[in-house]
Amino acid sequence: MSVKIKKKSSINPSLLLGLIITSVFVFIALFPSLLTQYDPIAMDSKSMLAAPSALHYFGTDNYGRDIFARTVYSTRLDLLIGVGAMIVPFFVGTTFGIIAGYYGGKIDAIMMRILDIFMAFPYMVLAIAIVAIANAGVNALFISMWLVGWKEYTRLVRSEVLVVKNAEYVEAAKVLGYSDFRIITRSILPNVLSSAIVYGASDIVMCMMSGAAMSYLGLGVQPPTPEWGAIISGGKAFLGVAWWIMLFPGIFLVLSGLGFSLIGDGLSDILRQKGR
Amino acid sequence: MDMFNYTLKRILQMIPVFIIVAVLVFVLIRLIPGDPAKVMLGERATETSLAAMRAKLGLDKSYVTQFLIYAKQLIHFDLGDSIKYNMPVSKLLGQKLMVTLSLTLVSTLFTIILSFAPGYIAGIFKDKLPDTIIRVIALVALSVPTFWIGLMLLTIFAVHWKFFPVSGWGTGILEHIRGLILPGITQAICVSAIMVRNLRNNVVDIRHSDYVDFARSKGISPLRVSTAHIIRNALIPTTTLLALRIASMLGGSIVVESVFTLPGLGALLVNAIYARDYPVVQGVVLLFVVLVMVINLATDIIYSLIDPRVKLS
Repeated sequence: MSVKIKKKSSINPSLLLGLIITSVFVFIALFPSLLTQYDPIAMDSKSMLAAPSALHYFGTDNYGRDIFARTVYSTRLDLLIGVGAMIVPFFVGTTFGIIAGYYGGKIDAIMMRILDIFMAFPYMVLAIAIVAIANAGVNALFISMWLVGWKEYTRLVRSEVLVVKNAEYVEAAKVLGYSDFRIITRSILPNVLSSAIVYGASDIVMCMMSGAAMSYLGLGVQPPTPEWGAIISGGKAFLGVAWWIMLFPGIFLVLSGLGFSLIGDGLSDILRQKGR
Repeated sequence: MDMFNYTLKRILQMIPVFIIVAVLVFVLIRLIPGDPAKVMLGERATETSLAAMRAKLGLDKSYVTQFLIYAKQLIHFDLGDSIKYNMPVSKLLGQKLMVTLSLTLVSTLFTIILSFAPGYIAGIFKDKLPDTIIRVIALVALSVPTFWIGLMLLTIFAVHWKFFPVSGWGTGILEHIRGLILPGITQAICVSAIMVRNLRNNVVDIRHSDYVDFARSKGISPLRVSTAHIIRNALIPTTTLLALRIASMLGGSIVVESVFTLPGLGALLVNAIYARDYPVVQGVVLLFVVLVMVINLATDIIYSLIDPRVKLS
């Protein structure tokens, strides 16, 4: 008689929780009209600065706009900013990192010098300067974060490539005469991509926060377009009297950030267990 | 002597980077749309007065001439005059630098207070309740936007309970400190989350390392093992990380100073951008770059001092 031992595999709890939270926000982003009948930019002079109630779940702002509606409708834009601002640097930075790490030599030296120059600027300083140049607005936000965000990926991927480059299977592939392209895509890329993806999850959170912060400063999303940071900015003048304007969009920011952070943590755990 | 040579070498390496950065900054600032003369004189200014203002600001000359003037001034450490405030930029920077550096110092202190002990505890009690609680709090803190938590702290502790000033940094040392506490905590929250996770992982790795096992097997008291071996070695990479985060705190000051209305470099930068005050924007960005480079250099030197295995090359 043979005993079959079945290994029980369960999905990582962080990853699961993160996916659930993120799915909720994706749903909110896709179908905001299902959740509220109010128009996010419609003003109502009869109920300005109204406290949260059954009529207005999150209260209203100084123009009488329903905060719940504005917060819900902002979800799409904020999630788009988070993912959209991360995805281009992800691809570009990873590519640079692979090229610099694999080819080494002069190409690597030049790229490292360029990286040094970009690293000399604190993130926010460069990002704000670029947003100002590109005429503050959503497009400027993307351009700014694309131009500033690639350096971490390049550094990360490059150091991973340097390790993998000397592995035996890469040596074997070279001896077999495979083209550089084939070696890179088949042997190197799969092994370095995982850390880039894990970093990418936390980068989404960072992009969302930076986008919200720049919109708070008035340099990002312009009124009356609802965006969590912009709504919070509008609430600052009413700090003592209408706390609800700032509280709820902030909570949405925290929860959506938490969702992506959990996904990143879960992925990181899984990849570490696989022995990388 | 070694350290002096290394420092000198690093400073020499920084010079070409600084030159390229200075050129980049010049080009970037000139790309900002909008006319400083119009911003200063208003929309209804006449063409003649605008032309006169532009001539006064040196904006009517060719870009090459402007750059040469800029480069010549830089060599003499002259950052030009502010368009908006009509005073030397360097004087303006000096006033604000104090505020930003104080804020960064206070933030660093709070970061150390908020992260070192929890990070160590989480590592020691790995996978038990203290560890789980601390890691959950750190995860949530990572997802909290700095400007929002600042506003929330402001509402609760300054507007509602009036413990701290609502804005500004007051006059006199005591009021300065009082005005920096909330902003300091605000900046420390996000950075502490990163530090706690990092320190926890280091402690976990070190606890099960060979030399700690050996120390225990030698019969060294657990307290001494903790302090002499675990803490000291775990703090090495964490301190380097802290130093790097200080550099990014400088950038974060832009937002925090805006929320708490502190008269620092960050607030100066934002206002200068709005006012198209080219010399000030140039000056602030260049100063930030210099500060980052100095911090990076100091980090490497301190790292070599703490970890005797590291030799400066």
